Amino acid sequence: MSFAWAKEYKPATGLTQWLDEKLPLPRFVYNAVGAGYPVPRNLNYMWNFGVLAGFCLMLQIVTGVILAMHYAPNALVAFDSTEHIMRDVNWGWMLRYAHANGASAFFVVVYLHIFRGFFYSSYKAPREMIWLLGVVIFLLMMATAFMGYVLPWGQMSFWGAKVITGLFGAIPVVGEPLQVWLLGGYAPDNAALNRFFSLHFLLPFVIAGVIILHIWALHIPGSSNPTGVEVKAESDTVPFHPYYTAKDGFGLGVFLLLYCAFLFFAPNALGHPDNYIPANPLSTPAHIVPEWYFWPFYAILRAFTYDFFFIPAKLMGVLAMFGAILVWFFLPWLDTSPVRSGHYRPLFRKFFWFGLIPTMAVLFYCGGAPAAEPYVMLSQLASLYYFAHFLIILPLVSSIEKPEPLPFSITESVLGKDESAVLNATPAAA
Amino acid sequence: MRRRDFINIAAVSFAGVGGLAVLVPLVSQMAPSADVLAQSSTEIDISAITPGQAIKAVFRKQPVFIRNLTPDEVAAAEKVDASTLRDPQTLEERTKEGKTNWLITMGVCTHLGCVPLGAGEGEVKGEFGGYFCPCHGSSYDTAARIRKGPAPLNLQVPEYSFISDTVVKIG
Repeated sequence: MSFAWAKEYKPATGLTQWLDEKLPLPRFVYNAVGAGYPVPRNLNYMWNFGVLAGFCLMLQIVTGVILAMHYAPNALVAFDSTEHIMRDVNWGWMLRYAHANGASAFFVVVYLHIFRGFFYSSYKAPREMIWLLGVVIFLLMMATAFMGYVLPWGQMSFWGAKVITGLFGAIPVVGEPLQVWLLGGYAPDNAALNRFFSLHFLLPFVIAGVIILHIWALHIPGSSNPTGVEVKAESDTVPFHPYYTAKDGFGLGVFLLLYCAFLFFAPNALGHPDNYIPANPLSTPAHIVPEWYFWPFYAILRAFTYDFFFIPAKLMGVLAMFGAILVWFFLPWLDTSPVRSGHYRPLFRKFFWFGLIPTMAVLFYCGGAPAAEPYVMLSQLASLYYFAHFLIILPLVSSIEKPEPLPFSITESVLGKDESAVLNATPAAA
Repeated sequence: MRRRDFINIAAVSFAGVGGLAVLVPLVSQMAPSADVLAQSSTEIDISAITPGQAIKAVFRKQPVFIRNLTPDEVAAAEKVDASTLRDPQTLEERTKEGKTNWLITMGVCTHLGCVPLGAGEGEVKGEFGGYFCPCHGSSYDTAARIRKGPAPLNLQVPEYSFISDTVVKIG
């Protein structure tokens, strides 16, 4: 693991020496996020979001465990206990808003982290496993966020639970029994609320476990970088601490400013007023939408309004929605270009900025809009491009594109070419 | 077979079967509990529903629409050629003999389970005059058959019977 020039941990005191022999935890931390982890010297601010995502998870676990001390997962009192937190518990309003907005912040950060991966092809060999584990983390996050949103037992909670478990009902033959089994009844009720609470408490710790695997897998090849050129020498790297602890610390400060702006000045901006109405199984809210971070996938779900050969529209929508994320698992093998960074891929770059990004924006907007024209038509076109981008355009671009010349090394990309040092080397071949 | 292999296979099989048996309670505890299953029938007085009106009742914690169709609505439903529909059924198949004006269906959209509008006073009934699901825009006609939108099936007709002319038992 890591590079030959990585600094070695040296216990400074008798106590740390004793600990290093029994349980080398300080050594582990030193090698993971300390001076013992050499990192490319040219990372830009897009590389801040992994640490920020880790911070968000911690924030959610701390606020969530505290909220669980005051919340009662029973359909009779869940809504009231949420209001009890908001009105009666000391600082309860802040903790709940911190948790609700923390979920949004977590998704903002993770989406940027994922799009960093898209642009710089962070998923390419030798980092496929990091990417695959990342997609698993994202799926777990979605499940956790969905179940958390059900807990306040407001109108959006209830109908969100009904619609999402209804997705499983679309599966042929086993769908309906599966849906009843998942809910423990014919509609969301106490049984469903209780199990969602249990799993909502459990899954963040599962996520923490997968994050450990994610970072473990990362430390084998080491971090990627904006040039996509691998580390070749010690001059290409700097120790994680103090260089990137400082850079990440600055990023964390900026992040906290934005997060606190929402938390204290617009805590309900990203929520839905309907969720302050207690759950009513007999009345669906007029405009039912999931939380904003699900909108792009919700738009894909709703884009299918006609039967597709023998597959009913409903099943097709469900398959497409899950497929939209599952396709990410195949990304390392769909994008076959040997060049990683979008900076050196003229055609890829165009499709990224003028294809994928606008498509995601359209899907995002349509997912939050009512199920009417022109949004359905727009969702259909955007869904079509979305899948075409990953399944057709990426492989095609990879095979026909002529990449721009890469810098010889990370050091060269930072300091410029040292002409006097160039003897017979031909950097273009790198 | 060697004695050692036999012991190995037997021990692992025994542990495997035992392990799988443990999964049975772990999986089946998720299924509806006895008290949830016990709410399996409901009796409803329908004497106050005049033609053109509908009520929402509750069956298995889910809404049921009981609608007294007007002669115009019955005629509109019968006029449609059922074979052209996505889920081909006639009004007669969806109601009890001699009581075709009583349309009793689950109030659960067959797309993703929202409650369609149209049973309550003043609610939108959609372009086919029956029910309209606001979630994803499915429209049902006056026989609660799917006519437009993503839902694959007609609104489900639950098992029910008329105990008398004014009382219906669902379930």
